[in-house]
Amino acid sequence: MPLIVEPNLPAPDAFYQTLIEAHQGLTDEQSAEMNAALILLLANHVGDMEIIRDALSHARRSVQP
Amino acid sequence: MTIDYQALEFAYTKHADQTAAAPASHRVIVVGAGPVGLTTALDLAQRGVPVSVLDDDCKLSTGSRAICFAKRTLEIWDRLGLGERIADKGVSWNVGKVFFRDQEVWRFDLLPEHGHRRPAFVNLQQYYVEGFLHEAAAAHPLIDLRWKNKVVGVTQRPGDVALSIETPDGLYDLHAEWLIACDGARSPIRKLLGQESHGRVFKDRFLIADVKMHADFPAERWFWFDPPFHPNQSVLLHMQPDNVWRIDFQLGWNADPVEAVKPANVLPRIRALLGADAQFELEWVSVYTFACERMDAFRHGRVVFAGDAAHRVSPFGARGANSGVQDAENLAWKLQAVLDGCATETLIDTYAAEREYAADENLLNSTRSTDFITPKCEVSRHFRNAVLNLARDHSFARGLVNSGRLSLPSVYVDSPLNTPDADTAPPAAQSDADTRIPTEASAFTGRMVPGAVALDAPVRDSQGNETWWLATLDGRFTLALFCGDHAPDNATLAAMQQLAQQSRTALQLVLVYTGDTAPLAPTAFTAIQDHQTCLAQRYDARPGTCYLLRPDQHVAVRRRQFDAAVMSRALQRALGYA
Repeated sequence: MPLIVEPNLPAPDAFYQTLIEAHQGLTDEQSAEMNAALILLLANHVGDMEIIRDALSHARRSVQP
Repeated sequence: MTIDYQALEFAYTKHADQTAAAPASHRVIVVGAGPVGLTTALDLAQRGVPVSVLDDDCKLSTGSRAICFAKRTLEIWDRLGLGERIADKGVSWNVGKVFFRDQEVWRFDLLPEHGHRRPAFVNLQQYYVEGFLHEAAAAHPLIDLRWKNKVVGVTQRPGDVALSIETPDGLYDLHAEWLIACDGARSPIRKLLGQESHGRVFKDRFLIADVKMHADFPAERWFWFDPPFHPNQSVLLHMQPDNVWRIDFQLGWNADPVEAVKPANVLPRIRALLGADAQFELEWVSVYTFACERMDAFRHGRVVFAGDAAHRVSPFGARGANSGVQDAENLAWKLQAVLDGCATETLIDTYAAEREYAADENLLNSTRSTDFITPKCEVSRHFRNAVLNLARDHSFARGLVNSGRLSLPSVYVDSPLNTPDADTAPPAAQSDADTRIPTEASAFTGRMVPGAVALDAPVRDSQGNETWWLATLDGRFTLALFCGDHAPDNATLAAMQQLAQQSRTALQLVLVYTGDTAPLAPTAFTAIQDHQTCLAQRYDARPGTCYLLRPDQHVAVRRRQFDAAVMSRALQRALGYA
């Protein structure tokens, strides 16, 4: 199964709001560690190195085309 | 009487070779009387090969060096008759704990099952290990130890090596069929041959303090990330014998190595860990940096490199001395086979191939641990901290915590000496044509794949005495047949004996019985009882299952039934006749 890059979240605005609010009240350092924790949790949930590599490469290209 | 091994000095004595009219010729010369050189010499001598050991100094190791000796290393020393002494003197441990800031986040057990003679690790100061190895070497009639003998010239020639050696009495020359360089990380032999190690140097400094004190920490490996008593850095604590504790403080690259070792700077760090009132003495303090690197090739003609001379790793994982001792045992039986004419020189190339593979595995593990322990950038630190935070509550994250992946013997999966499991059935006509599935009756499960090191198990010898499986293996090739509770038929016994008689190399024949009594076996066989069926379980064995083990106890081949032709070919292959 390839990485899903088409819209897949039922309520995009609500997801985005939840993501930002989850960081409320944290220092930049804590936020950075929380983001890292989030990536680790989701990567473990996905459990498929192909998909993870694919996501890493899309993410990398988004900042360094 | 207690011997202070660090203070021992060995007298230089002039050898007759130094005044000989022509350079004396030796079969094997080992350079370096450290743990790797002495293990190599003892293993060769035990195999009947005379060895000269040259060392440019006249002392054993001093201060704080290797301390964690792994199960496999102890098993090798058991075969050389030293395991018991080293394990008795050392501190045995299996459990490690990882702390992040002020909380324990993970506890791991490196040997969570019973039925092994040796624990996961024994902690012992390197000078004891060298002292015990030296005493055994000095007492061995086939080992000739020469202190203050410094090799200053090496010339490769067809069929041997010419050495130029500097001594207090001046220079002399020696010839050796094989030169084994165990002369440490800065290997002068390597430099004399114009060779280099390649790899990564890490920009970090660590302070080692060996502290003498009475403390009630358990015999466990404790590792702290970012503890309150040493913020933003790591700390490692290990118990050693004689009430000595190893404390390893990460300092960072900017620390001044000269200032850091001054007691005024060391004592506050230790008090921060132990408490302001702690009573202790400093045994040893030093600052070290480390590299992860290896030589491109471990064999250069008749010169073979082993231990730190060939490869260096970071200390996290105890993979330095342990891998060196495993180099020694891989090399010793192969050299013996070549010198006895049982194998050609190409067998030594398989030493290089197998131990280069092992070095790569050690380097990979060691580099990964180092990157986790000492993150090189902010994002790496964030992920590291996230793993440690998650590890408190989530098992998946504990698998990512890397405070050092501790030394395990390599499985030589792709070794040319292995005979692969061949018991696969062709695909059934209607099934997926791309898959060859093992037939249920012949397939093996478990860890004893070709190339793996033999696992230990409790067994009884033919007199009914409790012993260990690995203690049964006598240093030759071993052909082991699992028999169930009755003796094999006479044809099988005769075929096994014939195989041993016709083999190029010595072959030990072992019959493994279940049940409480072992049927009588012909004298050519060693009969043992697997009374707890532990051995059969670990080897996934059934009556009829047959294993061929190499002299270094790695699996060469396994089959569900004894077949003289298959075993004979596998034995040839394991000697390098592919």
